[in-house]
Amino acid sequence: MKRTATVLAAVLLAAAGCSDSGGGGSSGSADTPGVTDTEIVVGTHMPLTGPAAAGYSKIAPATKAYFDYVNANGGVHGRKITYKIMDDGYNPANTQQVVRQLVLQDKVFAILNGLGTPTHSGVLDFLKTNRVPDLFVASGSRSWNQPDKYPGTFGFNPDYTVEGKILATHVKETYAGKKVCFLGQDDDFGRDSLAGIEKVLGPVAAKQSYVTSNPNVGPQIGALKAAACQVVMLATVPGFTALSIGTAAKLGFKPQFVVSNVGSDPTTLAKTLGDAAPLLEGVVAANYLPLANDTANPWIQLYTKVNTQYNAGAELDNNVVYGMSVAYLFVQALQSAGKDLTRDGIVEAVEKGGFTGPGLVPVRYSADDHSGYSGEQLTTIEKGQAKYFGKAYRTDDGDGAVEPVEAAAVAPPANGIPAA
Amino acid sequence: MTALQDRTRTRAAHKAQARLNPYLVIAAGAVVVVALTYMLPPFRTYQLATVGAYLCVTAGLTVLTGLNGQLSLGHGALMATGAYTLALWQNKFNLLLPGILVAIVVTTAVGAVIGLAAARLRGPYLAGLTLAVAVVVPSITSTFDETFNSDQGLSVILNPPPDSMTVEQWQAWVCWGGALLTVLALALLTRGRFGRDMRAVRDDETAARLAGVSVARTQVLAFVVSAACAGLAGALFAVIAQSVSPGAFPLTLSLFLLMAIVIGGLGRLSGALIGAVLLVALPAVAHEIGEAAGSQRLEGNLALTFFGVVLVVVMLAAPGGLASLRIPFKKKGH
Amino acid sequence: MDRFLFLTFDGLSRGAVYAAFALALVLIWRAARIVNFAQGAMAVATAYVAYSVADATGSYWIGFLVAVVAGLLLGAGVERVVMRFVDHSSPLNGVVVALGLVLIIQGVLGMIYGNEFRPAAAPFSRDAFEIGGVALLSRYDLFVFGAVGAVVVLLTLLFTRTPTGLRMRAAAFAPDVSRLLGVPVGGMLTLGWALAAAVGSLAGMLVIPTELGLHPTAMDIVFISAFTAAVLGGLDSPIGAVLGGLIVGLLLSYISGYLGATVAPMAVLALLVVVLLSRPDGLFARSKARTA
Repeated sequence: MKRTATVLAAVLLAAAGCSDSGGGGSSGSADTPGVTDTEIVVGTHMPLTGPAAAGYSKIAPATKAYFDYVNANGGVHGRKITYKIMDDGYNPANTQQVVRQLVLQDKVFAILNGLGTPTHSGVLDFLKTNRVPDLFVASGSRSWNQPDKYPGTFGFNPDYTVEGKILATHVKETYAGKKVCFLGQDDDFGRDSLAGIEKVLGPVAAKQSYVTSNPNVGPQIGALKAAACQVVMLATVPGFTALSIGTAAKLGFKPQFVVSNVGSDPTTLAKTLGDAAPLLEGVVAANYLPLANDTANPWIQLYTKVNTQYNAGAELDNNVVYGMSVAYLFVQALQSAGKDLTRDGIVEAVEKGGFTGPGLVPVRYSADDHSGYSGEQLTTIEKGQAKYFGKAYRTDDGDGAVEPVEAAAVAPPANGIPAA
Repeated sequence: MTALQDRTRTRAAHKAQARLNPYLVIAAGAVVVVALTYMLPPFRTYQLATVGAYLCVTAGLTVLTGLNGQLSLGHGALMATGAYTLALWQNKFNLLLPGILVAIVVTTAVGAVIGLAAARLRGPYLAGLTLAVAVVVPSITSTFDETFNSDQGLSVILNPPPDSMTVEQWQAWVCWGGALLTVLALALLTRGRFGRDMRAVRDDETAARLAGVSVARTQVLAFVVSAACAGLAGALFAVIAQSVSPGAFPLTLSLFLLMAIVIGGLGRLSGALIGAVLLVALPAVAHEIGEAAGSQRLEGNLALTFFGVVLVVVMLAAPGGLASLRIPFKKKGH
Repeated sequence: MDRFLFLTFDGLSRGAVYAAFALALVLIWRAARIVNFAQGAMAVATAYVAYSVADATGSYWIGFLVAVVAGLLLGAGVERVVMRFVDHSSPLNGVVVALGLVLIIQGVLGMIYGNEFRPAAAPFSRDAFEIGGVALLSRYDLFVFGAVGAVVVLLTLLFTRTPTGLRMRAAAFAPDVSRLLGVPVGGMLTLGWALAAAVGSLAGMLVIPTELGLHPTAMDIVFISAFTAAVLGGLDSPIGAVLGGLIVGLLLSYISGYLGATVAPMAVLALLVVVLLSRPDGLFARSKARTA
C-alpha cells in the first residue's frame, strides 16, 4: 500500500504539473472560443483510416485546401481559417474522444462537417452542452434537423429519406414490375434510407443489413440472390458498395444496382474494385453537386485550380468536390455572420439562409429547418464515367410528392471566394 | 511460473516493511483528486476521469493475472457488458447509482459464467477462449440490433451535474469515487485469506489442493472479482462518453489492458495505477508527436507500437514489470 | 438446395484456408509448446510485403513467392530474436510476448502503409462457374484448394520421408535425448517456426483477397477461427488441424448463410467453449495431449 501511495502521489503531482499546459491559446476578441482577430479555428472528425476511409478520407483535405486558398487571398474579415482534422476511424468511441479534444483542449470555434451517422450521433449532446456550433454534418441522417432539440446542429447532405424517395421514384418508373430489394448499413443511415424507399415503393421484396466491422457481405448478397431480386438498392459506404457489387458478381448475380449518393463516387469504387471496375457500368446513383468529370462546369474549374495549388494535386473526384463545396458554404456563412464573429452569430447566419452556390438544388436552412440540400438528380455510370440524366428532384422526408426543381446552381464569383 | 513466482518472493519481503493504512491512502487520494479537479483545465480533468475508469479494470485484472495466474483477454468484453447494462438502465430509469450497481451485478454474472469455463483451462487455451470472447462483442450488438443498435451503439441519458461543478469535474469525481473504492476493496481482499489462496493456487495447484484450498473455487472467485471491477469500469466509461458502442471495446483494448498491468508490475495495485495513467497519457503523447511530425499515420500507431515494444521488452528483461525496479523508479520520480 | 450446395463449397474454400492456418499453429505448438498468437499479424505483415513487391514488379506470382519467403524469414527471426528468450516455465509468458508482437506488427504496418483498407487483387477470377445453373466454385477457390493441398502433402512428406523432418519431430518430442544424439535442437526449433510462419503467410495470401482488403488487423477474426479449428482437431494433430479447419469453415458458412453473417463470431465462441470443455485434447487427438 505504501508503494501505491507513493505512485499515486507522484502521478497526481505530475498531473498537476501539466495543469497549466493545454489551456489558454484562445483569447478571442469577443471572448469567443477559437476566434481571434487574425484566426478562426474549426475542427472536424473524419474516417481517415478504417473500413469507411475509402474515398471519405479525401474530403477534409479538400476542405482545408479551399480554406488555404481563401487564407492566401486575405481570409474572411481578415481572419485566416485553421482547420483541425481528427481521425476517428468511423468508430463512434473515437469520435467521442477526438471531439472532446477539439472542443475542450483545442478550443475550436465550431465543428464543421463531422462525418458519419453512427459517429456524429454520439457527440450531439456533448456539442449542445458546450454550445459549440455543429455545422454541415457530413451525413444525411434526419437527426441533424432538430432545431428545437439541437439548435446548433445543421445538416448538409440531402437526408437519406429524401434520397430514398427520389431513388425509389426512379425505380418505380423505370423498373416497374421488377423485384426490388435493399441492402443497408445497420444504423440510422440504412434505416432512414429504407424508410424513404418504402414510402414510395411499399415494402421491398427482401432487405439485408451489414455492419462495417464485418467485411463479409457474402451471406447478405447470397440471400438477395436467393430471393431472386432484380433491382438492389444500396445504402452503403463506398467500401461496402464495392464489396457488394464485387461479391454479387462472384455469385453470378447481376441485378441493377441503385446506390445512395454517399456510397457512389465512381473514382473510389473503381479503385476499390480494381480489375473488376467494369462491373460499375450502368449503376444508378444520385448527386446534388457538380460531377468531378464535368470539366466544362465553372465550379469544377475553380475546384481544379484550388486542388492543384493547395491539395498536393490529389485526384479530383466527387469527394474533393464535396469537401470544397462544404468549405465554400462555411465561408459564405462566415461572411454573412459579419466581422463580430460569435457562436450565436454563426448559427443565426446559417438560419438566415439564402445561400447559393454549386448545388443543383437549393439548400433549405431556416430557423425551423436545419437540413441541408433539398433533393438530388440521378446519375449513371457509362464507360467508367458518371453523368447526370433526367431532372433534379426535391421532396421532404414525410409524405410529400417528389417534384422536379429548376436548376439552382449559379456561377462562382470571379475570384472564387464568396463576397461579404 | 517462475516469472510469477519471483514476484511472490519480492512480495514476501515487501510484507515485512511497515504498511500504510489503506483507508488513509484512499482518503488522501480522494483529497488529491478533488483538488486536481479544481486546478486542471477541462480536458485534463476529462483525462483524469478516464484514468480513474481505467484504474478500476486494471486493478481487478492485475489481481486476476498477477496474484491468481489466470490470463484474460476478454476484459474488454466484460467492460462492454457493464457499459451496455448501464446504458440500457439509464435510458429506462435514469437513476445513475443503482444503474452502476446493476451494471456491476450483471457483469459479475457474465464473469462467473466465463470464470467457470476459465477455471478448467490453462495457458494458451484460456487465452484463446477469452480472445474469442473479446471479438464477439460487435457480433452480439449487431445480431441483437434492436436492443444494442449495432455499430452505432446507444446514447446514455444522464442528468446534468449540479450547477456548482462542470461536467468534467463531476465525471472525475464519479470515476475516481469508483476507482478508489475498487482499490480499497481489492487491497483489503487480497491481504486476507483470499489473497493467500490465490497465490497458493497460482504457484502450485497440487500443493494448494493438499493444503485444503479449493483450486476451482478460488479461480472462479478471482475471475468474478475482476469481472466486477471490469463491469464498474465499463459503466464509468459509459458515463464519461455519454454513449456506448462496440467500437469502444475492440480487441486492442483488451491487449492494452494486459500491457497496462504488465508494465506496472503484475499483481500490484500501484502497477495498475501506473498502467491506467499510461493508457491515457501515451496515446495523448503519441498524438502530439504525430501532430508535430505532421503525420496522420504516426498517431495511433505510435502508441500501439510503443505498447507492444514495452510488453515484449518487459516480459523478456524484467518480468516483474517496471514497478519492480524500485530504485530506478524512485530516482526518476524527481 | 442450390444455396446449400453453394454454401458448402464456399465453406470448404474458407475452411481450406483455416486448415492451413491451423496447421501453422500446430507446427509451432508441436515444436515449441507455444500457441503463436502473433501468427495472424505476422501473416498480414508478409502480405503487405508481397503486395508491395507485386505492385513494384507487376507480377502477383513474384509477390506470392516473396510472401512465403518473407514468412520463412520472419518466423525464423521471431524465434531467434524474441521467442528463444522467453521464460517457458509458464505458458502465459509466451502468450503475452506474442500479443506484444501483435501490437508491434500492427503499429509498424499502420505507420508504413496507413490504416486504410488497401485493395488486394486475387490472381484468378472470383466469378463462380455455374454448374447446372448453380454458382458453385470460382477459379480462385480451385487455386485455394490446390495451394492448401500442396502444403499438406509437402509437410507430410517432409515429416515422414526426410531426415530433417525426422530430426524436427525428435527435437520437439524429446529435446534432451535428441541433443545427446547430435540433433541441433535449437536449429530445428528455428526451422519449425520458419516453416509455420511460411504456411501462415500462404494462408494469409489466400484469405485476404476474399475480404475487404489489406489492413493491419485483417487476420484477427481468421486467427480466432483457425485457433478454434486447431483446438477442435487437437493442437498436437496436423491431420486434426486440417479436418478442424474444414469443419469450422463449413459450419461458419452455413451459419452465416442461414442465420446471418453477424452470428458467425458467436458460433465460433460457442464451438470453442463446447470443444474446450468437453474434449480439450481435440476430436482427433490419438494420445493424451500433454498439459499445457
